[in-house]
Amino acid sequence: MARALLEMRDIVKSYQVGDEEQIILDHIDFTVDENQFVSVLGPSGSGKSTLMNIIGCLDMATGGEYCLAGQLIEDMDQTELARIRNKEIGFVFQSFQLLNRLSVLENVELPLIYAHTPTHERRQKALEIIDRVGLSHRIDYFPNQLSGGQQQRVAIARAVITQPSILLADEPTGALDQATGRAVLDLFKELHREGRTIIMITHDASIASAAQRIVKLLDGRLYEGEAANA
Amino acid sequence: MLKEIFKMSWHNITQNKIRSFLTILGILIGVTAIITLITIVQGAIDEIQAKMDSLGSGTVMVQAYGTPLKSGLSDNDIESLLSINGVLGFSPTISTTIDVWHDGTISEDVTIDGKNEEYFKRNIGEMIMGRDITHYDTETDNRVCIIDPDLAKEWFPGEMVLGKKIMIGGVSYEVIGVYKPDSSSLTYAYSSSGDSIIIPYTNVMLISGMSNISALDLYIDTDSDTERIGDEIEQKLDEAFNYKDNTYSVIQLDTLIDMIKDMQKMMEYLLIGIASISIVVGGIGIMNMMLVSVSERTMEIGLRKALGATPFMIQLQFLAESVALSLMGGLIGLILGTILSILGCWAIGVPFALSPTAIILGVGSSALAGIVFGFTPARKASLLNPIDALRRI
Repeated sequence: MARALLEMRDIVKSYQVGDEEQIILDHIDFTVDENQFVSVLGPSGSGKSTLMNIIGCLDMATGGEYCLAGQLIEDMDQTELARIRNKEIGFVFQSFQLLNRLSVLENVELPLIYAHTPTHERRQKALEIIDRVGLSHRIDYFPNQLSGGQQQRVAIARAVITQPSILLADEPTGALDQATGRAVLDLFKELHREGRTIIMITHDASIASAAQRIVKLLDGRLYEGEAANA
Repeated sequence: MLKEIFKMSWHNITQNKIRSFLTILGILIGVTAIITLITIVQGAIDEIQAKMDSLGSGTVMVQAYGTPLKSGLSDNDIESLLSINGVLGFSPTISTTIDVWHDGTISEDVTIDGKNEEYFKRNIGEMIMGRDITHYDTETDNRVCIIDPDLAKEWFPGEMVLGKKIMIGGVSYEVIGVYKPDSSSLTYAYSSSGDSIIIPYTNVMLISGMSNISALDLYIDTDSDTERIGDEIEQKLDEAFNYKDNTYSVIQLDTLIDMIKDMQKMMEYLLIGIASISIVVGGIGIMNMMLVSVSERTMEIGLRKALGATPFMIQLQFLAESVALSLMGGLIGLILGTILSILGCWAIGVPFALSPTAIILGVGSSALAGIVFGFTPARKASLLNPIDALRRI
């Protein structure tokens, strides 16, 4: 059996709104094994973003246990969380989140700067990864000179450059047209075949079906969905 | 790591050139003001001081009118003045007028100054030819004289001057030197009356029948406490004239110079105070701009945090930006201030010398302003919650 990379036990996230306690995530158990491609499918307001923030160590759960790549994520300060994010998580956002003032190469290098990687090694790794997503002819371009699909490829390159445990994608095709969205999903599938663990969050069932396993999130509760194509 | 952070800051500053320039303007003006004003004031004060020095720093001029019973200072009084610690020597400033015969012609009412060897040691006049009056000359009432170059030309045109004999008060004197006193010195202005003949002071006393000296210069050590020396001189003079009023006057240039130096210090503090206000105002400008920059770049900060930037690194990045901005203001101010000081010094005719205090103060205060006023915005950026920051999109 594959090793569990991500393990959530009884995760609760709630906010105090006035006198009422609003529960966003309701006792969630969630396990992701190494080299799985999982989609988290849910409508807006289901708690998707909150779950993603907790998985991505941007936020802490109110209750329960979360273990990521063998490390228990609790009572960590912002500095420790930043290190975990840098090392274990690769974020891909709906709106790409590239820094327009930096070139493609510089954008991709960014996580390695925060990992204190020496310049030479950083450059070499970035060039390799950019080549991997098929943009080696665009390294000196700025994000606003690229198409949406190309921008998302740059963002994916940036997400995987630190060799994170988990690639965490939030509606990665949300800002793209059908064809480019397909291409991005194909890239995810390729990365999965290369051995990466991917968690993709989406509200679109057809997009979610690109994954090997689908879980559904409804009103803060998680349900195991039907397995799609493997 | 640091290199990248500075690169990012630099990137950001050059991105908004006009805004960055306006932001540093306050600091720039402040530093320019500090450097220009301090340098020009320093130059002016140095100039005044140099003039004072040439007028006679290290000299205390004593006029001893004395009492009806005792006019001037006796040998004993002078001995006691010389015994003061820090008094190095004295030179009498006594003179008389008398008829002088030279080569069978008579010049009436020529000024005869009595001096000793100390006078030639201390005064920066020019000995054109011949020798000084020595201690031996004064001790033995030696009949030698030193004449002014103008008199030498007038009396002995086209002739060898040294060795000539002239008759002063019926007594024959040998010319041993031609000496041009430093006419810019205050002691000269005080005690000389133009073209004159200098002879050993003891001879002047003999000619005019004086037994006491009524005016003299005391030479003092400027490295010791000149104020104390001045007090002790007055005390000795009080003793010499039985503590009677209006028996003497003392002019000490060093106390005057000290006063000017104190004024300069005060002036400098005042200028620094005024310029500091400008730097504080400039610093607030930087703080304001950095706060705007932090809210503008909330998304960027959130993203950087998601990619693994620790709060410390974010803080460092923004702090580097504000320090770079203010240092830039400081350096441009330094250059501008230097140019303005050169122009200013040239305009009012004082020598230009860039004061290291001004440089350290100017550049140091701008860097400090960057750190102090950049701290709050940088801290604000570092404390931003990455979820809130990313949700903005």
